[in-house]
Amino acid sequence: MKLMTSTALVFALMSSSAFAASHCAAGKTLKDDVLTVATGNPAYFPWVMDDAPESKQGFEAAVAYAVANRMGFNDDQVTWVRSSFDQAIQPGAKDFDFNLQQFSITEEREEIVDFSAPYYSAAMAVLTRKPVVDGGASSDVETLKGLIWGADANTTAVPMLNDLIQPDKAPLLYGDNADVVEAMKANQIDAALFDLPTALYLGAVVLDDGVVLGQFPPERTDNPDQFGFLMEEGNPLKECVDAALADLKADGTLAAIEAEWLQETTGVPVIE
Amino acid sequence: MADLQANRAARSAARREPTRRQIYEGKVRRRSLTIAAASTLAVVAVLIVAIPLAPGWAAVKKSFFNPDVFAKTFPGLLNAFLLDVAIFAWCAPAIAILGLAIALCRDVRAPALYPLRLFGILYTDIFRGVPVILVIYLIGFGVPGLGLPRPWNSPYLWGSVALILTYAAYVAEVFRSGIESIHASQRSAAASLGLSSADTMRYVILPQAVRRVVPANMNLFIALQKDVALLSFIGPVEIFRQAGVYKSLLANFTPYVGAALIFLAVTIPATRFADHLMQKQMRERS
Amino acid sequence: MATLELQGVVKSFGANIVLDGIDLDVQDGAMVCLIGASGSGKSTLLRCMNLLEPIDDGMILLDGNDISTPGLDPQPVRQRIGMVFQSFNLFPHMTAVENVMLAPRRVHGKSREALLPNVADLFERFGLADRMGHYPDQLSGGQQQRVAIVRALAMTPEIMLFDEITSALDPELVGEVLDVLRALREEGMTMVLATHEMGFARELADKVCFLDQGVIFEEGPPDRVFSAPERERTREFLRRVL
Repeated sequence: MKLMTSTALVFALMSSSAFAASHCAAGKTLKDDVLTVATGNPAYFPWVMDDAPESKQGFEAAVAYAVANRMGFNDDQVTWVRSSFDQAIQPGAKDFDFNLQQFSITEEREEIVDFSAPYYSAAMAVLTRKPVVDGGASSDVETLKGLIWGADANTTAVPMLNDLIQPDKAPLLYGDNADVVEAMKANQIDAALFDLPTALYLGAVVLDDGVVLGQFPPERTDNPDQFGFLMEEGNPLKECVDAALADLKADGTLAAIEAEWLQETTGVPVIE
Repeated sequence: MADLQANRAARSAARREPTRRQIYEGKVRRRSLTIAAASTLAVVAVLIVAIPLAPGWAAVKKSFFNPDVFAKTFPGLLNAFLLDVAIFAWCAPAIAILGLAIALCRDVRAPALYPLRLFGILYTDIFRGVPVILVIYLIGFGVPGLGLPRPWNSPYLWGSVALILTYAAYVAEVFRSGIESIHASQRSAAASLGLSSADTMRYVILPQAVRRVVPANMNLFIALQKDVALLSFIGPVEIFRQAGVYKSLLANFTPYVGAALIFLAVTIPATRFADHLMQKQMRERS
Repeated sequence: MATLELQGVVKSFGANIVLDGIDLDVQDGAMVCLIGASGSGKSTLLRCMNLLEPIDDGMILLDGNDISTPGLDPQPVRQRIGMVFQSFNLFPHMTAVENVMLAPRRVHGKSREALLPNVADLFERFGLADRMGHYPDQLSGGQQQRVAIVRALAMTPEIMLFDEITSALDPELVGEVLDVLRALREEGMTMVLATHEMGFARELADKVCFLDQGVIFEEGPPDRVFSAPERERTREFLRRVL
């Protein structure tokens, strides 16, 4: 009896999804009629709320579902997996259709994997602590050169540090956001460079005396930090994802999602 | 008598010609060499031919063995490796000294000094029982977190302390095994001369023990050279972290291969040397 | 010079009783030989005299003073009683002369320069003048054992204990070591030897003690013990070794 119901259920799901996903993405996903999406482990606020992407809460979770819907998948057909940065870029078959965890699109990365069109242009922001601000650090870039800097080694913050700030001392680099914050708490570094939403979250929630000193708007650098969906090199799904993103941009949905989850990013002073 | 001399002359003349045994052994040796060369060639050939046939080889080659990326990142890696060497250079003597001190703690017999002995035991148990990376995290972030002022909260300092504490535990055990390997008769001889137990340890036991465990300690120090890379987890941009940065920027693992080659260039000669010492010692003792 | 007296010395290792009530009198300037089969307790007895092994019961008197009191610092006693071992026990990481100088330097606090004339004399006397700078593994067994004797003598002991010091030597090297003992005997050194060299014991000893199962089974002047042993077990032992 149980077998029969579940068989019937599977059948029902398959027929409905076959209808729904009949356009672009049909036959291009890892599993038929299922869209497998990867995020970080853990996934951080405000990109994914409470490390639970299935809840559709958080900017990247919401974007993922919006793109999935546009591609013809309903919410039940989206499954989530976790991956590290290294897993995402290692050669060979992927266990996800696309992976979004603030991956910056760069030329070099494009040679190994595929990126979708950008879904977010991130400003870089300076996270520091109150004692450092009291010590004279301000949104004037000259006051920032003498600080001891830290960053997540896996992010484009590393080249940006040298590009935008040119600190006097070589920065300290860490394997993940939590370690950067830990070093900041231990007073081993004065400030760190993050994408703006991450900096806001860490400053408000993780650090007791965190201050987001200012931001470098995307247009300040030659290679502005733009986030894209990461896919296996040559993934045929790319055109469908790009089409869906173009759609979402055109009708204002993407902007609305950004406004909902990343609204605080406005109002952070710009570093001169 | 004349017969005997004649015989001997005949034998020494024959010695210039190879003996039957020499001919036989020569044949066996040539045969073994041929077989070894052939089988090695076969294996290498299979590897060279078979691996590129794998469907993912092109992708693997591009992201692990990319000559352009290698050329671009190698100088930076080499430069970052200098930090590894520096950290090793200041940790190694401290480890040797602390390790010896802990080993001596464990050898203390006087009841009044039992706390020292207990400390030695607990110390080696704890620091050999906890993974190095955990010690580095706990000490590297934890101690500075207590509010130490700069520069006393430096991750270089406390990361090094973590390495020193961990490796000293292993080195202490090696020293202790060396001390215990010195035959009791040496202690008897020293005691019969009226030497104090401290003098006996210092002039009789330790010099022999330390020499005896040089190869074992060398192996530990080779392991240390590799574990220096773990300091990257708390901030210092040494070769492993530098390779990670390149990997992240270029989305390519070739920098890791470059880092591995740099490590090998140091560790293979060092392990060979340690093996050589070990074998020499075994020959001397047998 | 000094006298050594043992009264009812008992020593056991766990349940194994090695010395079971030893009484022994070593007069000033005397040479006492301990004979007996392996495992009869000769070595243990010597080690007890040098306080390398604590005794369980009985007393050891040096010049009439009890040196076996539990808790007594053994170092001053050992400085007065030298010991030479069967397996030489030279310190392999030091040259012969360093072996000899270590204890006088550390214990008596003398400098190398102050010690050198005396030490060089000792090496000279025992035919080792050209071996001072050699490491033990560069010396023959006989030379090593002579260095070991010099090392003990350098502490100017009043009594010397010799624990089967020729047993580990090749037969042709035994003579050179026995010659050293002969020389010491002539100087009047008080000596206790555990030995298998029966001819040597017979020739030079003042007293021979036959040990068996942890007791002195028979003792007396060598001529009597060797030619007319009173006890059957002594006779049996001598038949086997002579």
